[in-house]
Amino acid sequence: MTVLLARRVGGAGRPGWSLLVLLVAAAVASPVAGVSGYAVAQGGVRAPSGTGAMIVTTAVLLGLVAAGTAVLGTGLAWLVTAYDFPLRRTLGWLLVLPLAMPAYILGFVYLSTFDYAGPVQSWLRSVLGDDLGIGVSGIPVRSIGGAAVVLVLTLYPYVYLMTRAALAETAPTAHDAARSLGAGPGRAFRTVLLPLVRPSLAAGLALVMMETLTDFATVQYFGVRTLSVGVYLAWKGSFDVGSAIAVAVLVLVAAVVVLAVERLLRGRARYSQRGGRGRGLAQRRLTGFRAAAATGTALLVVALAFGLPVLRLGVWAATALADDPGAVVDERFVDHLGSSVSVAAVVAGTCVLVSLLMAHALRLGGGRVVRGAAQVTTFGYAVPGAVVGIGVLVVFQAADDALVALGAEGGTGLLATGSVLGVLAAYVVRFTGPAYQAVDASFSRVPPTVTQSALALGAGPIRLLSRVHLPLVRPGVAVAFTLVVVDAVKELPLVLLLRPFGFTTLSVWVYELASENFWERAALPALLIVALALVPVALLNRSARPVDPMARVGG
Amino acid sequence: MRRPFVLLAALPLLATSACGFLGSDEEADIQVYSARHYDLEQAFEGFTEETGLTVEFLNGDDDELLERLKAEGEDTPADVFITVDAGMLWNAAEQGQLATMDSPVLEEAVPADLRDPEGRWAGLAMRARTVVYDPEAVDPSELDPTDTYAALGDPRWRGRVCMRDETASYTQSLVASLIDLHGRERAQEIVESWVANDVQIMSNDVELLETIDAGGCDLGISNHYYLARMLEEDPDFGVALYWASQEGEGVHVNISGAGVVEGSDAPEDAQRLIEWLATDGQSQFVDGNHEFPVNPDVEPEELIAGFGDFERMPVDAAAYGSLNAEAVEVLDEAGYR
Repeated sequence: MTVLLARRVGGAGRPGWSLLVLLVAAAVASPVAGVSGYAVAQGGVRAPSGTGAMIVTTAVLLGLVAAGTAVLGTGLAWLVTAYDFPLRRTLGWLLVLPLAMPAYILGFVYLSTFDYAGPVQSWLRSVLGDDLGIGVSGIPVRSIGGAAVVLVLTLYPYVYLMTRAALAETAPTAHDAARSLGAGPGRAFRTVLLPLVRPSLAAGLALVMMETLTDFATVQYFGVRTLSVGVYLAWKGSFDVGSAIAVAVLVLVAAVVVLAVERLLRGRARYSQRGGRGRGLAQRRLTGFRAAAATGTALLVVALAFGLPVLRLGVWAATALADDPGAVVDERFVDHLGSSVSVAAVVAGTCVLVSLLMAHALRLGGGRVVRGAAQVTTFGYAVPGAVVGIGVLVVFQAADDALVALGAEGGTGLLATGSVLGVLAAYVVRFTGPAYQAVDASFSRVPPTVTQSALALGAGPIRLLSRVHLPLVRPGVAVAFTLVVVDAVKELPLVLLLRPFGFTTLSVWVYELASENFWERAALPALLIVALALVPVALLNRSARPVDPMARVGG
Repeated sequence: MRRPFVLLAALPLLATSACGFLGSDEEADIQVYSARHYDLEQAFEGFTEETGLTVEFLNGDDDELLERLKAEGEDTPADVFITVDAGMLWNAAEQGQLATMDSPVLEEAVPADLRDPEGRWAGLAMRARTVVYDPEAVDPSELDPTDTYAALGDPRWRGRVCMRDETASYTQSLVASLIDLHGRERAQEIVESWVANDVQIMSNDVELLETIDAGGCDLGISNHYYLARMLEEDPDFGVALYWASQEGEGVHVNISGAGVVEGSDAPEDAQRLIEWLATDGQSQFVDGNHEFPVNPDVEPEELIAGFGDFERMPVDAAAYGSLNAEAVEVLDEAGYR
């Protein structure tokens, strides 16, 4: 028996570490609180018409996307860790790539590929006739179903990454024992592995659902009236962000519900495994038809979710380059690239460090308040980006005014939008959520006895972190780093809103072209974003690769 | 126990040091927040050549830029706010973000309905939102010249019309103008008649035009310059333009325009830039995007002049600006999606 019921390390915790968690939570929550206070102060909070229907639509979309990503993400993670089949290693990391594609590009690419005037339906009409041989004038792509398919194809990597990391950390003994005692592969997965990956699956699903909640681009393209469309309509309609706050708060409430469900999904029981980090499962080699089916399934997902958009963008980029290279290759693109890289690196480092310190602090104890505070840090991810941006603006401005009131000469001089500081702060507020989810999920598989023993043997909190916890949660840290880098590189609303003059990232560059429908010229920078996001994905692949068979023999 | 705090304290320092190489270059004479992204550089270069004043701009979404101006207040680096919607200009002025310009130049160059009576903003480029159609499927004589927009609810167009989605400010300001013209009740009926005609909703104008070209719709409503752009790329593009409501209220137009930011530290230079854009810089400002000059002394470019002369609906910025929220409600209540 390697699976045991884990209990938290008890006690009141260490005040310093608990304080750290509370401070981080306050910092992350301040923009959301700030923007709400600002809206109330302006007196313009009211729900727009049709909010009830929006809630229903949002719930339906969330359900569809959660179900789809859970099946696809967990299924694929299980496939690449428990079995061996041709191209498994390559596919293992190719399957992460859809994460690199910004939603504002994907929505358009999918719609323009599959709608009436797109190549797919045009081809079908040319083959089957104008009524497609079934008496319809076209296939209605622009629907909640279409949006759900696109969101599932782009968001499943969150679940895939999290559950794959969990499976990679799993010690094979329990699973092997179950199999040798006669459980089939399905039963062994359900009864032994699923409980162990459940925290990761739940964390992944929570991220997926928060992304779905705050997505505007895809739902706008596909005409699905979710709450984030409501935020946009209320804001646009009245030319005042105050009117949008009521709906933004509803989005946040929905996120709180999602997180509560996540906690329920993780269950009251917390499973960890004896012996710390495992080395992954022994892979069963598939042959013949089964091997072909496994390779084929994974290939199909990669082709649909990543190959197709890249191909479309590639064709557009080639067309634009052939047309007028001068209009496409901006001489400042090295600057833009540099901005994207620096911001992503600083933000990812900060978010991962903050998450690690928080998860570690929780391990040292602390009460319900501290645990609740840790959960609050994920809320930045659950509010539409533009609203977080306004919040950061409001908070920084208030800080600025406070400094002036305290007599600081000229305050800090445009703290928020006069430098990159505002952008960095907003990114950290937004992306501490995914980083913490990934790190925390990894922590939950470390048995409390390990922590207790180390403390009992006299290790201080720092030594405990660096020598015990960090080595054990490395896969979670790698996932967190990757998620934040990829998210930061493609992030748009925050940088658009808060950047200083002369600061442009790749995503802003794409936006400037795409918002005017210059898709062919936007394709090259869009491909650059994807290429940039590939770097951490490749690094992750090296650091969190499911166990190497050779190492198993040696170890 | 202290070390993590030291580490955490080091983070802002790390970030600040990053700003050293990420920060902006030297400040230009005039700093522009712009929701308009087409070929601004070219126009501003012309201005710098003539006046020696340097201009830098920051692109963004107009609603967000307005919130940014409000939050920055007196500290704002911006001198000029360029936006792409008359309603937005009116709201920016109402919310106290634009300074008054006392400019005989603008009064001379810009028609009265395209600028603020109190001089807080002026229109600089004009676009028409009108009917576009597939000449193989629609004879323009079938269209109602008195109220073309409302007549798209006629049962003869059932299943044949494409329009933009409700999140588009284009749709919102068109419906706001209908409310302004006909009252809310009638506007509601018009939108309901479109919905009853199974109007197909599109997510952007280019997609809409391509769908008409491919035969997915027979006609639709689009900005004139998207069609101009398609025709520039492919003169045989199978969609034609119809000037709506020429025997009625005229075609619906909207403007891009600019104002001097209230917190500007260079209001004279800012005003000079706006004046230049409305006069000597008109062509450079509007032609890149195939838009109509607001200045009656400036000729539109050849391609859009080919669409022919047209009567336009007067622009009522106050109505577009104050009726937008109602327009969103009308669209929602009519089930337009």
